[in-house]
Amino acid sequence: MTTVTASEAAYVVAALLFILSLAGLSQHRTSRSGVVWGIAGMVVALAATVGLASKSITATGLVLIAVATAVGAGIGLWRARVVEMTGMPELIAIMHSLVGLAAAFVGWNGYLDVDAGSHGGEELTGSLLGIHHAEVFIGVFIGAVTFTGSVVAYLKLSARINSRPLTLPGKHVLNVGALVAFVALTVAFVARPHIGLLIAVTVIALALGAHLVASIGGGDMPVVVSMLNSYSGWAAAASGFLLANNLLIVTGALVGSSGAYLSYIMCKAMNRSFISVIAGGFGTPAAAADEGEQGEHREISAEETAELLRDASSVIITPGYGMAVAQAQYPVAELARKLRERGVEVRFGIHPVAGRLPGHMNVLLAEANVPYDIVLEMDEINDDFAATSVVLVIGANDTVNPAATDNPASPIAGMPVLHVWEAANVVVFKRSMAAGYAGVQNPLFFRENSQMLFGDAKQRVEDILRSLDALDAPVREMAGSTR
Amino acid sequence: MVPAEPEPQRIGIPAESTAGETRVAATPATVGRLAALGYEVVVEPGAGASSRFSDAAYEEAGARLGDPWQAEIVLKVNGPSSEEIGRLRDGATLIALIGPALHPELVDELARRPITVLAMDAVPRISRAQSLDVLSSMANIAGYRAVVEAAHAFGRFFTGQVTAAGKVPPAKVLVAGAGVAGLAAIGAARSLGAVVRATDPRPEVAEQVRSLGGEFLTVGVEQEVSTDGYARATSEDYDRLAAQLYAEQAADVDIIITTALIPGRPAPRLITAEDVARMKSGSVIVDMAAAQGGNVEGTVAGKAVVTDNDVTIIGYTDLPGRLPAQASQLYGTNVVNLMKLLTPGKDGRLVLDFDDVVQRSMTVVRDGEKTWPPPPVQVSAAPAPAPAGGTEPAAPSTPPAKPARPAWSPYALVGAGALALFLVTAFSPSQLIGHFTVFVLAIVIGFYVIGNVHHALHTPLMSVTNAISGIVVVGALLQIGHGNTAVNVLSFAAILLASINIFGGFAVTRRMLGMFSKG
Repeated sequence: MTTVTASEAAYVVAALLFILSLAGLSQHRTSRSGVVWGIAGMVVALAATVGLASKSITATGLVLIAVATAVGAGIGLWRARVVEMTGMPELIAIMHSLVGLAAAFVGWNGYLDVDAGSHGGEELTGSLLGIHHAEVFIGVFIGAVTFTGSVVAYLKLSARINSRPLTLPGKHVLNVGALVAFVALTVAFVARPHIGLLIAVTVIALALGAHLVASIGGGDMPVVVSMLNSYSGWAAAASGFLLANNLLIVTGALVGSSGAYLSYIMCKAMNRSFISVIAGGFGTPAAAADEGEQGEHREISAEETAELLRDASSVIITPGYGMAVAQAQYPVAELARKLRERGVEVRFGIHPVAGRLPGHMNVLLAEANVPYDIVLEMDEINDDFAATSVVLVIGANDTVNPAATDNPASPIAGMPVLHVWEAANVVVFKRSMAAGYAGVQNPLFFRENSQMLFGDAKQRVEDILRSLDALDAPVREMAGSTR
Repeated sequence: MVPAEPEPQRIGIPAESTAGETRVAATPATVGRLAALGYEVVVEPGAGASSRFSDAAYEEAGARLGDPWQAEIVLKVNGPSSEEIGRLRDGATLIALIGPALHPELVDELARRPITVLAMDAVPRISRAQSLDVLSSMANIAGYRAVVEAAHAFGRFFTGQVTAAGKVPPAKVLVAGAGVAGLAAIGAARSLGAVVRATDPRPEVAEQVRSLGGEFLTVGVEQEVSTDGYARATSEDYDRLAAQLYAEQAADVDIIITTALIPGRPAPRLITAEDVARMKSGSVIVDMAAAQGGNVEGTVAGKAVVTDNDVTIIGYTDLPGRLPAQASQLYGTNVVNLMKLLTPGKDGRLVLDFDDVVQRSMTVVRDGEKTWPPPPVQVSAAPAPAPAGGTEPAAPSTPPAKPARPAWSPYALVGAGALALFLVTAFSPSQLIGHFTVFVLAIVIGFYVIGNVHHALHTPLMSVTNAISGIVVVGALLQIGHGNTAVNVLSFAAILLASINIFGGFAVTRRMLGMFSKG
């Protein structure tokens, strides 16, 4: 056993541990052990790599590694501890950008290492050298796209820039042009490596990443974030090819396919093709200008909602991004708890693209101590709306739009939605009558059985909680007086 | 929209002329909503008196008192008398309960005038039209009232009690037919504390009966599941066994409420005179199908009769009208919903759209031309000609089909992918082939492993893959410390960034998973 074979063996073990980790995360029961497997895999991989590297590098190098790891660990753990659960999408987006940047750096190093002369490992010749150059290029390109794409996604998610889609004239031409330029530059670089070409491709990739995500709107963020997750994986895999490192290839491919699969789920939930989301097109802007108001909506007060809930036998709450924005998950959870204590059946119905991150609503509800077995997926709960007394729609709009099933002309026609309108009563929590992200008017608001509760979702839910307590109070007094 | 300002049309609300009718076609609450659609509402003085709505209340809601028959649109509850038909102005629209299938002569008479008539009891049973469905809203009230009438005639408690003066057993109630009326009766009788049993030829309603606390009695013969939401005629086998069941139950229960109706036919006979004779003295039967001939032998429509063995058979046909304020409110709301449909511009102009199946089905006369019966409605049942107790709203609308991709497209995609992979690999140096193999297999594994992930764990999955993709640090670790300053700087930065990912990703995942708890 040499150091090299030992490290290769460790890599195999680490790759298996990563697979176990992802498999563990598929169930609530095994999810915590999944994280442990992941950490174990990472420890094995890092130990093996440092062991391998320490043979050939200077003491300064080792110190640099220690310092960089310590600083990175400090920042990472600090961010992980303080992040708000509503801020998860931003955190995940910015983390993707770090992987992208790191992968781009590794790609650059690959060039500098080999072509700038100071090569430490075996010499490359002929076609292998050509492939090496192509790998450098691909690695840098994917890394840079991931980096700026994630940064823009982060800025949009944290509302530092407007989340409206950017529509430059000829945006598809720009995207395709960037890809063509990338291919052309790759060919040129393989033929005659030059640092200028590498700089050019880096710039193009940075611009492409920024433009791709900038032209995608806020409501498509679940797809974008999982897509960037996928890209960060491919970036790692590209580095693996560059360094002929199987562990990087395996891990990158695992992450890449996981992101791709999540993107696929999200696109299916929006009834759109992956390509159209990535290319930044959603319907046509003209379709958004619907005929406006479609009828008359009715308002309801928090007190009336409380009465409705008190008399209900079953309640389904369908949260959307608005709940996250208003930070309403705690009062909502409290409401669910109170109603359950009164014997009301309370469940949550989650649309796959609710929120700005796959599974975002689940995390928020979990944070507020809502048991996960009453939080159901769209397919699990859609048939139950008809037998439900009251549905509370909190900060959701397009995901509960009946036009998706009723109106074939609607821009969101065919998108699977929660069938909330089948319930006896629907109370919609909303700031105003503005249209949803898709710019489509929602006929749900004008239905006979739906009523609007305007205002900040958090305050309104708190009002309902107070009203529920007030409704209880007279009952208690009466009970007291009989004694 | 054209800014031409024609006179808003008037809606007339006459007082009901039918003897014993207590309802009215609009309440002060619905008058306000009609006015919001742009109409001027004229109410006959005293129209709401039997429903306890004063003229002042109507005026306060925005109506004018006057002669309703001068209006372009007349809203009524019952079908009009000959005299009333004469008072309608030419070109007027009348909306009322016409019962076109049961009263063809009335339809013919209406068609002799140049008017348009919509029958509120001809609403097709499709989900979109549920808000107009008077039959359901009235059946609901009738079912409740049937229990109240029964309780009134029954000289005992409904609920069981243990008192110092002895034990009182709960009343036993049998509800025949678990449609809207039957279910309302089951709910009301349960609320009073009775033991409730129910029968229905449609097995699919058993669950609804149980949800209201009733016990569902099966006859023992499989019946076809109803496809159109309506009960249909039963087989001979079924009828024989059902008769046996009713005979047994009659001897046991205290109250029987029958609601069985089959659209377009006389009510089926469920309870024979022998069954009635077998009942305990003091028992009560409410025959909600009395107007269509009755489910019970000996029912007299509109009256309560007492048999020789002291069983009261109630055959009231005006059960909804016995809760006039409520019945008027629900009827009025159904009418408002219809008017909304008929007033697309909200400009006080009624527009009849014959391309809309709901409007088409309800229209029995258009401009003096008879349009009954309407063409059959697809998706759903034919319109109901009579108050149908033994029915349940059904028939969801089907979502529009997605344009299908050509069947060959997945094969072509896989084929193209496989070919591309083959070419890339075939022209690669052997060293790269090994990496490719690993790469492709890892993608497949990743896809299958992730494919089973529970939807709630998507975010933790994402953050853990994020941490794992920090593995790119391995690359930087292998590159650092070989002398070149630029490489060292970039590697240092890469290690730092990737470390943030690794530590932050795992930590935040642990934090999130710690929050998930089972209830």
